[in-house]
Amino acid sequence: MASKNKEVLFGLFDDETQLLSAVADARKSHMEIDDVYTPFPVHGLDPLLGLEESRLHIAGFFYGLTGTATAFFGISWIFTRDWPTIFGGKPYFSFPAFVPIMFELTVLFASIGMVVTFYTICGMGPGVKAKTLHDRITDDKFCISFDTSDASDEQKSGLRAFFSKHGASLVDTKFI
Amino acid sequence: MSIVVSPTREPLIFGGKTYHQITEDICTPSEKAPTRQWLIGFIIAVFFLAVFVFCVGWQIYYGVGAWNLNRTIGWGYDITNFVWWIGIGHAGTLISAILLLFRQKWRTGVNRAAEAMTIFAVICAFMFPVIHVGRIWLLFYFIPLPNTRGPLWVNFNSPLLWDVFAISTYFTVSLLFWYTGLVPDFATLRDRASGFRRKLYNFLSFGWTGAAKHWQRFESLSLVLAGLATPLVLSVHTIVSFDFATSVIPGWHTTIFPPYFVAGAIFSGFAMVQTLMLVTRKALKLEDYITINHIESMNKVILLTGTVVGIAYLTELFISWYSQYVYEQFAFANRAAGPFWWSYFGMMACNVLSPQVFWSKKIRRSLWWTFFMSIFVNIGMWFERFVIIVTTLARDYLPSSWSYYYPSWNEIGIYMGTFGLFFTLYLIFVRIAPVVAIAEVKSILKSSGDQYRGKNRGYNEKNEVVVAHSDHEEHH
Repeated sequence: MASKNKEVLFGLFDDETQLLSAVADARKSHMEIDDVYTPFPVHGLDPLLGLEESRLHIAGFFYGLTGTATAFFGISWIFTRDWPTIFGGKPYFSFPAFVPIMFELTVLFASIGMVVTFYTICGMGPGVKAKTLHDRITDDKFCISFDTSDASDEQKSGLRAFFSKHGASLVDTKFI
Repeated sequence: MSIVVSPTREPLIFGGKTYHQITEDICTPSEKAPTRQWLIGFIIAVFFLAVFVFCVGWQIYYGVGAWNLNRTIGWGYDITNFVWWIGIGHAGTLISAILLLFRQKWRTGVNRAAEAMTIFAVICAFMFPVIHVGRIWLLFYFIPLPNTRGPLWVNFNSPLLWDVFAISTYFTVSLLFWYTGLVPDFATLRDRASGFRRKLYNFLSFGWTGAAKHWQRFESLSLVLAGLATPLVLSVHTIVSFDFATSVIPGWHTTIFPPYFVAGAIFSGFAMVQTLMLVTRKALKLEDYITINHIESMNKVILLTGTVVGIAYLTELFISWYSQYVYEQFAFANRAAGPFWWSYFGMMACNVLSPQVFWSKKIRRSLWWTFFMSIFVNIGMWFERFVIIVTTLARDYLPSSWSYYYPSWNEIGIYMGTFGLFFTLYLIFVRIAPVVAIAEVKSILKSSGDQYRGKNRGYNEKNEVVVAHSDHEEHH
């Protein structure tokens, strides 16, 4: 999502209500927000930012289905084709006894698939260096950042004015 | 904020905390040098871990003969302890998953430690099926892989194999759920640290930045994992109960087993959470986050599940009498009045009678009562598994094979040793990770902090405007 070494201008807010009104104002005046960083999920932020709902759960459904199918076809094939075995006079294809493992593999595949997908699409993983703008963002500050790589000085001062209008406690630039 | 909370609900965070104070309070214990209490606890835990390693090594070297099992009583301490530890593991997932789906805000104070407890308890539980097979080097026979032995597959129709799948799935999903929740909090620790610790937490936090889209996906992931973990947690103990319920042993092959095992698991799990939380909150000074309201909520769950378990015991007795089936009737008479009557008595006293004191609000909110009750419940639930497994096996269909069982030093050593394993892992966790979910607690501050809710609200001039505003919205 982010290209290498772009210059961003960011402002920190002390409270999520300030953040929300600043985001709403920025969207209204058609300013292009690069990203918003918060220490915890702020509810009501996504619609203001115009973020679409995550489709992660849809992927999860298909991962789960893969698990169900793996268990069902795997066990069926083993017990009816590969090595038919009679247990207690019951039929080879004893479906009710397959259900517990089908359920467990559904959950297992869905969970592992979703977690792996989550880290992959977020560009996260063990050893990935975080592109943090400020150390307090994971603590108590709420941050809005603008991409100012190609911005003129006039635009930058406009952004600074925007931050001071909404009561940002700190405004700074950084290359990430 | 449009969070709907009844105005009569009591606050869940005390001390008029700000976001920064929450970070400070929860991160500080892992940033300071370990306390004396921690060191003493850790040394004791590692000692018992050494006992565990020694006893397991002995058992592997000499075989299952190191245990006092015999031809009649083929399962003793091993499976009793396995079921006991697995049951304890259930509370973590229950707190984080089911309470997340029910939007219970009090879960945020205790979910992190409870999930950690789940994972460590499942590790302890896993040891028993692994070592009880005797020839541990043939353990890979459990794994359904194409092989050169025929190919000889595992028996997918066997509850014992379902158990292998259930427990390994449960462990994996709990671990993923727990770790994903930890990632933003590791990032908080990372951004406060320098030098080696910064590198360590940078590695552990996977490059988390707190971007809006990441939070959105994170919440979606948490919700779906909770939705998956909820039936999973119910399925795991159901399948554990199938180990018994699908057999043909009187006293085991009862259809009541799955719900009764699940209730018992939640019961014992919450008791263990109470034991750990009462010590943790005191030692790490987290009383503002793990409040008396949290403890009371958990005591209510203990009262409910304890009563469910009690009803299950009585139902079993009634049905065995009502069945007019002499073997079934004998199995239950034998439990209550046979050679292991003392374990039945211990089970009834600790699981059914003693939790009834929690009908009193005063006792539910008393730390000492809670602590002693949590120990009682854990003892009682251990007895329950002992009663089901050993008492039942000791008196089978054929009186000539009746037998008695007492554990060998090796079995006791392994059981004691699992406490060493459990507490070593727990104490390392307490040092490295935030014990309370920092980001989750922050997200409920404005709806459950005591400056916004309860009798202290509005003492802060600046906050009063915010409170009035959010209250106004809530009434719609």
